[in-house]
Amino acid sequence: MKHAWLEKNSIVLLIAIILVVAVGGAVEIAPLFWVNGTVEKVSGMRPYTPLELAGRNIYVREGCYVCHSQQIRTLRDEVERYGHYSLAAESMYDHPFQWGSERTGPDLARVGGKYSDEWHRAHLADPRAAVPESIMPPYRFLFSKPLDYRQVRNMLLANRTVGVPYSDEQVAQAKADLEAQADPNADGLEDFQKRYPKAAARDFDGNPALISEGDALIAYMQMLGTLVDFKSYQASAPEHRR
Amino acid sequence: MSKKEIDDVTGTQTTGHEWDGIKELDTPMPKWWLGLFYLCIVWAIGYWVLYPAWPGITGYTRGLLNHSLRDEVTANVTALKQARAGQEAALGKASLAEIQRNPDLLQFAMAQGRMLFGDNCVPCHGAGGQGAPGYPNLNDDVWLWGGTLADIQHTITVGVRADHANTRQSQMPAFGRDGIIKEQQVDDLAAYVLHLSGRDANPRAVDRAKVLFTENCAACHGPGGKGSREMGAPDLTDNETLYGSSLAAVRDQIWNGHNGVMPSWSGRLTPEEIKALAVYVHNLGGGD
Repeated sequence: MKHAWLEKNSIVLLIAIILVVAVGGAVEIAPLFWVNGTVEKVSGMRPYTPLELAGRNIYVREGCYVCHSQQIRTLRDEVERYGHYSLAAESMYDHPFQWGSERTGPDLARVGGKYSDEWHRAHLADPRAAVPESIMPPYRFLFSKPLDYRQVRNMLLANRTVGVPYSDEQVAQAKADLEAQADPNADGLEDFQKRYPKAAARDFDGNPALISEGDALIAYMQMLGTLVDFKSYQASAPEHRR
Repeated sequence: MSKKEIDDVTGTQTTGHEWDGIKELDTPMPKWWLGLFYLCIVWAIGYWVLYPAWPGITGYTRGLLNHSLRDEVTANVTALKQARAGQEAALGKASLAEIQRNPDLLQFAMAQGRMLFGDNCVPCHGAGGQGAPGYPNLNDDVWLWGGTLADIQHTITVGVRADHANTRQSQMPAFGRDGIIKEQQVDDLAAYVLHLSGRDANPRAVDRAKVLFTENCAACHGPGGKGSREMGAPDLTDNETLYGSSLAAVRDQIWNGHNGVMPSWSGRLTPEEIKALAVYVHNLGGGD
């Protein structure tokens, strides 16, 4: 091909470059316009509570996703071990998603309720005390470090900006809700449970005197995979085929 | 540039460009590489036709094979369930004695049970069911809630202090932390518990604790400290402890009243899976 002509006409070359680069852009951007068709209609999904959201931030900060995936793939052995394959709807409030790409540790997409809070405490503080063959690093400090939640309202606002449907009330009461979930004797418990139906509220880290980072992380993990009501989900419905 | 120029040294054509006397060779791509490249393009076209590929306005092209990963895994799981169905149904109906008599059924239950135990139970109870501080040993004949097959099955189903409506429920109070009794009395009771299991303890403390034990502990643990499986109250006379058997550990348990949680598995496992698991645990060595 005679590309000398292309190379010597800078405007033509520029237009050609833009066209080529646009292919990459289109491939990345176009799917976003179909995302509503990708996310299944399910019942039970709700935005994360402020405490869960704070726990999620710790999960991201500590790089849990480096060794733990949150995605049960459509493979028989994974469904056998971890339960129903993950739905797109289950990560629709994740910004960014925590699917991960490697499983040095087990998948955590449905770890919620699988083990007790006490086990999570012992295991996070000293993984080998609970699972001798584990190579996970210890996170004992999470239980002595107070959770910094001064920015919790802004955390909710930031998530709302990218599409998580937090109500004005949820944003306004973020701090109270966070405290209510970590303390079963708090005054705001009823209001909290009205705003986040079925959310578990208890002292996750076993230390009533302190809302620690451990509280937040365990609250987040105990919620993982428990939100979608699979009894009402029709996996074989045509609109859920993928 | 339009003139072909062959490099003398390599015999390869040049691009025709020249910079300060330096010319660039235009070595052609290897034939095998080009071949693979064109093959990939052909492959991609075939893929687009057969498999889901291109987005449209309201959906995407499904492809001629009508392939769906979700259908595939559903079919695979269904096939697996059907393969197991016969034995699962037999297992569901059989009593423990029948399972023990029937080698096929026992083998099926044990294989299922071992697999389920490995993923779901090992994190707390250990790879061999040996337990850990706070998590009961499943190999011995000491049971908090009973060690018959039905007991084990029920415990796995409803859990202990779990979120199941009929969960097994017992509550050891934090006698010291919540100020139910005085610190000295906690010390005395700890000595008394050691004495109950036949170990050396300060006799004066044991004497002082007798009334205390009747008033505070006997309701659940029984007047002689033999415990009660109906209430999930451990036997205090057998020298088997969940949270450590040293004087300090016993005192800590009376002071803080640790109450462990075992999740309810009814939401995660099927009744047949739970039964297989119960058979497996029962056969670890300690089943009644």
